[in-house]
Amino acid sequence: MVPDDIERIILAHGGGGELTSRLLAEHILPHLGNELLNPLGDGAILPAESGRLCLTTDSFVVQPLTFPGGDIGRLAVCGTVNDLAMMGARPLALSLSLIIEEGLPLAMLDRIIGSIADTAAEAGIRIATGDTKVIERQRGDGLLINTTGLGSVADSTDLSPGRIVAGDELVITGNLAEHGLAVMAVREGLGLTTRIESDVAPLADLAQQLVVGRPAVKFLRDPTRGGLAGVLADLVSETGLGIEVDENALPIAPRVQHAAELLGLDPLTVANEGKIVLVCSPEATAAVLAICHSHQYGRKATRIGTFVASEPPLAELVTKIGGHRLIQRPYGEELPRIC
Amino acid sequence: MVEQNHPPLAGSDDLQQLVVQITTVSEEVGPVRLMEVCGTHTVSLFRSGIRSILPANIRLISGPGCPVCVTSQGYIDAALDLARYSRVAITTYGDMVRVPGRDGSLADLRAQGADVTVCYSARDAVQHAVANPEREVVFLAVGFETTAPATAVAVLEAEQLGLQNFSLLTGHKLVMPALNALLAADDLPVDGFLLPGHVSVIIGSDVYLPLAREHGKACVVAGFEVRQLLLGILHLLRQKAAGQPRVDNVYPVAVQPEGNRRAQELLEHVFQPGDAVWRAMGNIPGSGLDLRPALARFDAWQRYDMEPGEDYEPPGCRCGEVIQGRVDPGDCPLFATACRPESPIGPCMVSSEGSCAAWYRYARRTAQG
Repeated sequence: MVPDDIERIILAHGGGGELTSRLLAEHILPHLGNELLNPLGDGAILPAESGRLCLTTDSFVVQPLTFPGGDIGRLAVCGTVNDLAMMGARPLALSLSLIIEEGLPLAMLDRIIGSIADTAAEAGIRIATGDTKVIERQRGDGLLINTTGLGSVADSTDLSPGRIVAGDELVITGNLAEHGLAVMAVREGLGLTTRIESDVAPLADLAQQLVVGRPAVKFLRDPTRGGLAGVLADLVSETGLGIEVDENALPIAPRVQHAAELLGLDPLTVANEGKIVLVCSPEATAAVLAICHSHQYGRKATRIGTFVASEPPLAELVTKIGGHRLIQRPYGEELPRIC
Repeated sequence: MVEQNHPPLAGSDDLQQLVVQITTVSEEVGPVRLMEVCGTHTVSLFRSGIRSILPANIRLISGPGCPVCVTSQGYIDAALDLARYSRVAITTYGDMVRVPGRDGSLADLRAQGADVTVCYSARDAVQHAVANPEREVVFLAVGFETTAPATAVAVLEAEQLGLQNFSLLTGHKLVMPALNALLAADDLPVDGFLLPGHVSVIIGSDVYLPLAREHGKACVVAGFEVRQLLLGILHLLRQKAAGQPRVDNVYPVAVQPEGNRRAQELLEHVFQPGDAVWRAMGNIPGSGLDLRPALARFDAWQRYDMEPGEDYEPPGCRCGEVIQGRVDPGDCPLFATACRPESPIGPCMVSSEGSCAAWYRYARRTAQG
């Protein structure tokens, strides 16, 4: 292979020596630096918090690294911040582990780190500590990221499927299926005339507004892998209740519906990275929707269904034509149809 | 008499209107059995909830329109044998990866270190060969007339690039010979066919005329979204009620009577009809696509001196009867017991277009959704 002019990560960048120091000093700290991270100690000491602590972790292996609406960096921050948010936690700090494949262009690393910085600032969270490794070239994925998040949960917050009863209502905070289809459209080279953008967004602020001091909100989950169908399947098995969802109520942008049809996918099973599925008692639904509608990440929030007593417990979709069919967790990876 | 290109019926703007019309017409006919030829129709009919609102005298039965489901075990075992060669890189559509062969599936072999890559298209497979010149890339070319043109384009691209490390394990099949074989068996109590929208884009709607004229079956070519499905079923019922079988096309925006000539020419240039073994249906002459002799170097069967193994059904599996419309998935004793999406026994449970997978996913507990 002929060497090109692109500056790339090499194995020595992960060796712990001079190149590593320069990588941190020139490409990481300028974007992410803060009083916790700057000493580059073995760890970060955080001030004590009242309430209970919440810990969560997630790894990010998305391909391609960049897609309309975001990139792996934004995803790595939002994914973990949102898991904290779904637990009712106020985010305190993140750790950031980078596993970089040698050969990754430095310009790409800069872009991703910039995204991480911007998203962390938006989410009101700091990168407190991190790690960088460089591995030999494998499949050409380029970059893998793990983030671990620490958050603080108010003593009065009690989010749990055990609190859900028949009659409780389900709300989704906005349009479905955008992240998964945005990524897949790029991967499949679908030249769609209207570009689908990932909805990846940090939701801690919205979640805190919905949850703190509001016991009528009983449960939050973000419908990532497995989509809305995955969350509903979880809820059915955790509550022993049935769920009825109204297809007419599901918010899906027409171009997203169209792309899903082209690929033979059910939008209910496609990943979202900027949405909340919320369960509340019916008296609270109007107030919940009002809060969502006045937030930038909840403008299209809508009630989509109800918990019902059903034996056996099943999640069922009442379809546009008044028919019905089950909603179940998809098996493994949803792959576009071949015929 | 114009058989094609029916304009939308009055009132069809409203889906509920169509449902009402279907209910009304279904009272004029007795028990009616309609075959959904295409696996994508099976899934769409479930997903839309149409199955759950059809009057009880209208029965929908599955057909041989799921490419993975109709692939013989002999083909699967041949693919597995190839995957075991250390220099071979298998490229395939996703559904094929989990179909169990004699000793496990491609997914199992991959976990043991075999080189198996899922592709979204045949051209992806060619790119894989370009990017991996030291590997012998074999593409599992299955699918009906919808996907065969894309395979043809890929082969011509490989030829143009002068690739030495790319071949196809051909397994493409043609829909009409299978339908004729089902009708020739004579014990198929089917009143009408819901014909596959995407296949028909390629082959056109005229090819189906013998089904109506010679076999007296109601026929409609329809797309996959809910209005198309309702319209299609309504047309079939109206034909039945009037005793006037014909081929209606409610998808004229995409399907022409003569089909897509360019795609057909492409297929003729690259392929020739040959024998093909369909799961449980045996050999149907002229129902498969073989590479033409000029492109023999891209034929994996010849390149690796292979023949498909014997076809067989895994013990207890009734996929073969499901794809011929003889039984429903719920009639198979393995359905939802030993055979589930996470532990499939036959391809009908593996494939995203398989009847058993659709039943399990959308209507596990009831016979009619």
